[in-house]
Amino acid sequence: MKHLVLVLVFLAGPLWALDPSEMLSDPALEARARVIDHEMRCVVCQSETVASSNANWALDARRTIRELVAEGKSDAEVRDFFVARYGEFVLMNPPIHGSTWALWLAGPVMLLLAGLMSVIYLRGRARATSPQEIALNPAEEERLREILKD
Amino acid sequence: MITELGHFALILAFLVALVQAVVPMVGAHKRWHGWMALAEPAATAQFLLTAFAFGALMHAFIVSDFSLRLVVLNSHSAKPMLYKISGTWGNHEGSMLLWVLILTLFGATAAWFGGNLPPTLRARVLAVQSAVALAFFAFILFTSNPFLRMAVPPFDGQDLNPLLQDPGLAFHPPFLYLGYVGLSMAFSFAVAALIEGRVDAAWGRWVRPWTLAAWVFLTIGIALGSWWAYYELGWGGFWFWDPVENASFMPWLLAAALLHSAIVVEKRESLKSWTILLAILAFGFSLIGTFIVRSGLLTSVHAFANDPERGVFILMIMGFFMGGALVLFALRASAMEAKGVFGLVSRESALLANNLLLAVACFVVFVGTMWPLLAEMFFDRKLSVGPPFFNMAFTPFMILLGLILPIGSAMPWKRASLARALWPLRYVFVLAVAIGLLVYVMQTGRSVLGPFGMFLAAWVVMGALVDLALRTGRGAGRLKRLTRLPRADWGKMVAHTGLGITMMGVAGITTWTVEDIRVAQFGAPYDVGGYTIQLDAVERFEGPNYLSTMASITLSRDGREIAQLRPEKRIYPVAQMPTTEAAIDYNLARDVYVVIGDEQVNGGWAVTTFIKPLTNWIWIGCGLMALGGLLSLSDRRFRVAAGARRPIAEQVPAE
Repeated sequence: MKHLVLVLVFLAGPLWALDPSEMLSDPALEARARVIDHEMRCVVCQSETVASSNANWALDARRTIRELVAEGKSDAEVRDFFVARYGEFVLMNPPIHGSTWALWLAGPVMLLLAGLMSVIYLRGRARATSPQEIALNPAEEERLREILKD
Repeated sequence: MITELGHFALILAFLVALVQAVVPMVGAHKRWHGWMALAEPAATAQFLLTAFAFGALMHAFIVSDFSLRLVVLNSHSAKPMLYKISGTWGNHEGSMLLWVLILTLFGATAAWFGGNLPPTLRARVLAVQSAVALAFFAFILFTSNPFLRMAVPPFDGQDLNPLLQDPGLAFHPPFLYLGYVGLSMAFSFAVAALIEGRVDAAWGRWVRPWTLAAWVFLTIGIALGSWWAYYELGWGGFWFWDPVENASFMPWLLAAALLHSAIVVEKRESLKSWTILLAILAFGFSLIGTFIVRSGLLTSVHAFANDPERGVFILMIMGFFMGGALVLFALRASAMEAKGVFGLVSRESALLANNLLLAVACFVVFVGTMWPLLAEMFFDRKLSVGPPFFNMAFTPFMILLGLILPIGSAMPWKRASLARALWPLRYVFVLAVAIGLLVYVMQTGRSVLGPFGMFLAAWVVMGALVDLALRTGRGAGRLKRLTRLPRADWGKMVAHTGLGITMMGVAGITTWTVEDIRVAQFGAPYDVGGYTIQLDAVERFEGPNYLSTMASITLSRDGREIAQLRPEKRIYPVAQMPTTEAAIDYNLARDVYVVIGDEQVNGGWAVTTFIKPLTNWIWIGCGLMALGGLLSLSDRRFRVAAGARRPIAEQVPAE
């Protein structure tokens, strides 16, 4: 009985996601497929990539990716194939179009705004003294603006 | 019996918190000393009662009292003792209890060591701290009571999630909570100061040690968690930008910003309202973290309890404290007049730039984390925001931070010249560029990122060393002066060095990792990235509460054996869950990371090998950052002169 339990337990799902038997024989194609694996979300477990997930769906997804790559499809075509079936949710990296622009621009725009506010604040602080004391030459001004803009 | 006493103590603590939140606050308003003085014994009592309740729960876990629902759900009699104990906080209810335990501990320490605070400020700080505790006591008692009994106790428990049965993870939550909750002190100080209507140099000096302590704990907690993910989850990464990881990272970023802006408040009496806002937001992000983990709103591997009712409760707590504090801020911030006067190029402005980058980086992480939710709510788009986004959107901020760090820290207060700050760094810059070029020539790939990472790391590390050396001034006796420098200077150097070193580790692991997946046959060696791997045997055996498949693998290089690696796959039958135990040959230059996969139909086993250069430096750097924080915390001025309200003229060091 104990042996049966042992056997059953060891037959349970694979632990490491990608199995050598799934791999393509052409290393270049396999490398491409593996990059795509990492860009896809497993729709079953959701917080893992297709590359790291052990779910059956991810296994099928890895096989499909390899089939498509072997057929000569481009990376973008493979991604589109999945997006058409499972929606944008399947992509780990949100595609840049439509409202996603806001996501990508949020950081830079915020930095610009905050930088502007900081410069205004700093000028206020500097003016608090006698103005001639803090007079910077134009080159220094320019340099500072660069640093703060960054 | 002990359990019931623990339950009772928890209810008592709730009531004490209620009293402590109201009475000292009123006392401070009316200047009634008796009412204000109540805060200290109340804070101590609150802590002792909560500690007793927590002890009672831990006792139930240690003796495996399966009449307690929580123990049944999260423990098992065959579990090793360490994990029975850590099981106390390895679940939603218990971890919440740990949360308030730490909250009351911070409150009590403020009462014990706050003797030099003005009485009204101390009373208000303790009252605010207690109000936060009150909300969480209510949360525990009404939605997540750990002391519920079973009507019919079962014979044995259902075991703790096997992934959590690991020494690294046993201590990860307590540190993380010490950090999260430590920020509540900064919050309480900020709100108390707003009520008081006064923020001065002394306030900056009082709030800094608490922030520093919280930041140190957060650093350790995050590092432990990332290290655990690295060796336990078997995918060889150290950070996945999972919502819950982000939840711990956002307060860390803000706490780091707060640390730096509090220096400006302390030394120069400027950036006051910004510092107050940061203190409020830093704790706000801790609450958001708690909310993300416990509401099940965002998909994450860590999600604790996916209970909407609890989520709503935490959202209400968050809304109340953040809303209240921000309204108070809006009303009172204008009273915080800046006193310090400084030029556009100065240490003040450099610290402001540091704050800018850290805060915007935190904002990027926040937007990325919440975007799936926002996109679904407002644009009806169901999408994912994963590691590629964060790597691209977040990293530039850290690069900029690294670039300006040595320059900014070399600048004097008030007014600086960029040229004069850069001049002592010229050799460092040349050397760092040389290191970057050397790495570029030596590496096999064509990546620019790796060499750039090395340049940046060298720039930050050597910049920190030069900065310390510059503090000793000129002429003879510099070495002697070096040993006499304040600990805060040493802390600054060590922490900045740590940041540089972590950057180096991150650059190493992300650029030069070599991955190999193949079928390994017994006794047939093969090469991966200059190393020889040979599978010798695979055996199966039974552990204390799991079944294991363990491989023996010989790792060698140039015909010389380096290590015997034993990667494992485990199955925990009670929890019905498999785990991977990667075998890692640790080394400062690289890790060899081996994972055993499945037995193949045609013979042999699937073996995955990673060569991960410089990986351990990630955590060594984190350790250094934490050590730097501790050094700074032990600085004399926090111990001796912490309370002294000095005239402003003396607050400006002549540097």
